Amino acid sequence: MANSPKPETRKAAIVGGNRIPFARSNSTYAQASNQDMLTATLDGLVARFGLQGAQLGEVVAGAVLKHSRDFNLTRESVLGSKLSATTPAYDVQQACGTGLEAAILVANKIALGQIESGIAGGVDTTSDAPLAVGDDLRRVLISLNNAKTLQDRLKALARIRPGQLVPEIPRNAEPRTGLAMGDHAAITAKEWEISREDQDELTVRSHQNMAAAYDRGFFDDLVTPYLGLTRDQNLRPDSTVEKLATLKPVFGKGEGATMTAANSTPLTDGASAVLLASDEWAAEQGLPVLAHLIDAQTAAVDYVHGGEGLLMAPVYAMPVMLARNGLSLQDFDFYEIHEAFASTVLSTLKAWEDPAFCKGKLGLDAPLGSIDRSKLNVNGSSLAAGHPFAATGGRIVAQLAKTLHEAGPGKRGLISICAAGGQGVVAILES
Amino acid sequence: MSDWYRNFANSGFGTTVTKQLGLPRPAVLRRYEPGQPLLPGPAVIGSAGEGRLRESLTALLHAEGVHGQSPVTADGATDGEKPAAVILDATGLRTPADLASAHDFLSPAVKRLRATGRVLILADPPSEADSPAQAAARQALDGLVRSIGKELLNGSTANLLYVPEGAEGSIASPVKFFLSGRSAYVDGQVVTLSPADFPTDEDDDKPLAGKVAVVTGAARGIGAAIARVMARDGAHVVAVDIPGAGDKLAEVANEIGGTAFQLDITASAAAERLIEHLRERHGGVDIVVHNAGITRDKLLVNMDAARWNSVMAVNLQAQLDITQALLDADGVLKPNARVVCVSSQSGIAGNRGQTNYAASKAGVIGMVRAWGPAFAERKATINAVAPGFIVTEMTAKMPLGTREVGSRLNSLQQGGLPVDVAETIAWLSQPGSGGVNGQTVRVCGQSLLGA
Repeated sequence: MANSPKPETRKAAIVGGNRIPFARSNSTYAQASNQDMLTATLDGLVARFGLQGAQLGEVVAGAVLKHSRDFNLTRESVLGSKLSATTPAYDVQQACGTGLEAAILVANKIALGQIESGIAGGVDTTSDAPLAVGDDLRRVLISLNNAKTLQDRLKALARIRPGQLVPEIPRNAEPRTGLAMGDHAAITAKEWEISREDQDELTVRSHQNMAAAYDRGFFDDLVTPYLGLTRDQNLRPDSTVEKLATLKPVFGKGEGATMTAANSTPLTDGASAVLLASDEWAAEQGLPVLAHLIDAQTAAVDYVHGGEGLLMAPVYAMPVMLARNGLSLQDFDFYEIHEAFASTVLSTLKAWEDPAFCKGKLGLDAPLGSIDRSKLNVNGSSLAAGHPFAATGGRIVAQLAKTLHEAGPGKRGLISICAAGGQGVVAILES
Repeated sequence: MSDWYRNFANSGFGTTVTKQLGLPRPAVLRRYEPGQPLLPGPAVIGSAGEGRLRESLTALLHAEGVHGQSPVTADGATDGEKPAAVILDATGLRTPADLASAHDFLSPAVKRLRATGRVLILADPPSEADSPAQAAARQALDGLVRSIGKELLNGSTANLLYVPEGAEGSIASPVKFFLSGRSAYVDGQVVTLSPADFPTDEDDDKPLAGKVAVVTGAARGIGAAIARVMARDGAHVVAVDIPGAGDKLAEVANEIGGTAFQLDITASAAAERLIEHLRERHGGVDIVVHNAGITRDKLLVNMDAARWNSVMAVNLQAQLDITQALLDADGVLKPNARVVCVSSQSGIAGNRGQTNYAASKAGVIGMVRAWGPAFAERKATINAVAPGFIVTEMTAKMPLGTREVGSRLNSLQQGGLPVDVAETIAWLSQPGSGGVNGQTVRVCGQSLLGA
């Protein structure tokens, strides 16, 4: 490995981003489809960077909850947008890692010189969610569709039973354990002894950071209003630890339960997009370069039989990426750790600080250590903004790139995102 | 938003009814469309005294493909079709007695003027007269033009252009503006050129080609119309509006191939951020249109500080701050830059319930006048446009009676459209309009208010 020559590559530039404000489930965006939201988000990006009629290298995006008719969601959104109809597109899906994974895919093609520019995005609606019919009814309907004669059709129809008419609603639960993601996170929180107070404190800081960022105009070139919403609906600028302390736990059981509706992200609707390019392309277009995507890593854990927490995969991905880049966990100016749950962020940090865990599970001689908390999620994260699954990665990439750009050249930022299925995606950005 | 009354008055039955009842008969105005000839017919040029502009006017019209017609003779003979424009070169005026020749020329010519015609008088400014008599004669034209404007029917307009010694090379752009459909709702106006040479060599259809134009308040209404006209004329438009209007702003930017820049122009770092954006993305800016404005109406006795302050902050202070910052920022405001500020008829005539708004808009007029010389030093200009009754979403919400009366109180007997304001701003933004500086041009159809 050490001797194999590194292929000739370049670093992909992050030019900027756009997202719509995130809305709480079954609220402002209840009537908006994934395609509506992704198209509007692309159009906002087009307007911001003057890309009307432009043929980009590729648009890559995805949704976690997806209707079967949306098989070509991203391409259809491109066709409905102001981009050139000759811009190719494809869908990806890696649960909550979708947005960041999309950015990595676009960046890698740019790095290899296969494309000069591209958009990475993601969208999710928990309001306009797909309902599926049960397997029994589905089989009846298929045979009805295949029936050639009236007799055959009536025979097929006769097989319908009332019980089959109950649709299958998508659940925020792991298919292999039947547990909600929050219940999984609660197990991990208990294991790592994450206190209610620490979780609430992290939550309040997220809200306050994001509200302050909005107030100073930080999001002016990152967010475009949609359907009357101008800020994230979940954002509570007046959030306090005292207020949060009054809430009852919703995940976990009994005395030790610590996870509430506030320190867990709510179901959310929204979309995001990031414009990536080669430095040359950006310069030709007169567009800025906020940061470069330096490296990325994914990992997965066996949360079903392996005894690891569902959302702990980023913990495993991180040392691999750090070692490859000769960096320590402390070599960063900003950290973006996705707040699926406050406890997830805290468990992740605690694991990196734990010598036994780092040696036993990560195979490290020394723990990765602790980070300067004042550099963590400085402009707010998912607890404040909400978390439309596939849209979170794009929000974080654009937000961190801008944060790094504001701080000046040579600043380094770290992203860590956990995903369903026991997966995790981490990445390094540099201004 | 169609003008139902104008449409009715121009229908067969409506024509009969309005004529018999002596009701106003607003005309369908001649508005500019790309590729349109300067005038829909010939122009007749006359002189009062020994004018010095006649030759260049004739050459200018010839270059635009306009047939030059001879003045109507004493016995009433003409050489053909009715004129679409009557142009008087009055630069030879010495005494009020010379005005008789102006009358002799204008009276029969204006009688033959076709619908949506143009009357344009060019003269030296009274301020530079050699004698009180000459100043009187020149100033007399002001009253003459304004009265002609009120007498003209069928969507025709009358305007006056004062051309001082040394400004002869700058007449092309204003003359073409006043004759063309771009000035459809500009009536009874007096514009004074500065003594400088600004020949027009830009493409008539794309006079703003290659220019970068910032338009504030571009998400809707007049601002969106300005953005569209600027883009139509060839400029790249940086459309600016508050972040809360970002979705509408993006729509406008995408429609015209411009870019959207969400910015609260009253924020403390607004000018700095705008300048950084212009420098980084466009290497500077050629045209700045300060259009963003708000109303917070209340009678003075009931007006709280918040209403007063917010209107002042958006309508006046932001224009001052951003303009000053642009002047101070090295190399951002390009040579020959054009700044156009939106004032209002309320700033000229005042308006009940609008002490704050009218004060801010009058302030804009004072601001451009004071800044004119400093802009001239860098071959740039700063002007204001004062819209009258313009039909927008805002006026659509007015009660029918108020709206109908308000829209008819002008010589053209109708409200203007956002595009009329936009055309005037786009004209002032042209490279060839450098002779117009520090002025306020009303786009009001010669409103009775504040005239």
